[in-house]
Amino acid sequence: MLVSDVQKILDAECICCENLIDTEINSACGSDMMSDVLAYVKDQSVLLTGLVNPQVVRTAEMMDMPCVVFVRGKKPDETIVALAKDRGIVLMSTPHRMFTACGLLYQNGLKGGCG
Amino acid sequence: MSEAVRLSYDVSADDFTHAGEASGAIKRTLKKLGIDMEIVRRVSIAVYEGEINMVIHANGGVIEAEISPTCIEIWLKDKGPGIKDIDLAMQEGYSTARDHIRALGFGAGMGLPNIKKYTDDMKIDTEIGVGTTVYMKVNFT
Ligand SMILES: Nc1ncnc2c1ncn2[C@@H]1O[C@H](COP(=O)(O)OP(=O)(O)O)[C@@H](O)[C@H]1O
Ligand SMILES: [Mg+2]
Repeated sequence: MLVSDVQKILDAECICCENLIDTEINSACGSDMMSDVLAYVKDQSVLLTGLVNPQVVRTAEMMDMPCVVFVRGKKPDETIVALAKDRGIVLMSTPHRMFTACGLLYQNGLKGGCG
Repeated sequence: MSEAVRLSYDVSADDFTHAGEASGAIKRTLKKLGIDMEIVRRVSIAVYEGEINMVIHANGGVIEAEISPTCIEIWLKDKGPGIKDIDLAMQEGYSTARDHIRALGFGAGMGLPNIKKYTDDMKIDTEIGVGTTVYMKVNFT
């Protein structure tokens, strides 16, 4: 699946790094606890989270995650967007809640990355 | 790379926005040196957890790294409160972080266990009221 597919499936708005939406995604991880995300390494994962702060982008950076999706229509501020642009991480915002967003991706064939 | 590369970064106390800058810089340096991606990721996660701990549990400090052709060694030195019971602190899920830290996505008690998991060697040197040094080493082969 591509990051662009994630965007379509989740009716998401792309906030930055639209030029990178052709990146391949193999798994997904939904969590508001960054240490839980950091505990499970999987290749090319998308991170879904309801948490909005710079550490979400840094967690994705450390994990080589190409994309972060904020659930429930949450939008990151300028500091967060600037950081994501610098690190080349696609940020998206979906109107769906966490459970629904994860379910939609799972239903479309994406598997879990969190253990 | 014949000589060791030495890096040093200041970590500010309670600066949650910039926490992770040092880890990111170390990560980029390793990438530039052409170190295997999987190893770079392991190092990044371990240092990042340690850097976050310096910000949320201690009063910031200094991160020093030494990269040789065979490994990276990192020392995270703080002048924080120290750790009373290292065995307890190393347990998965053990955390003294309060709710406002948890609301930021940390304080799950997985930091030190994660560091242990991703490194080849780890040591904690701590003294109550003086500070803590977390040492970690990751081999490149
Ligand atoms: N640098 C440090 N200085 C003082 N205490 C620390 C430090 N690092 C870790 N600790 C203590 O060890 C506990 C466990 O750390 P960790 O596994 O990273 O979990 P968390 O950071 O989620 O609480 C912390 O809650 C804290 O009490
Ligand atoms: Mg921690």
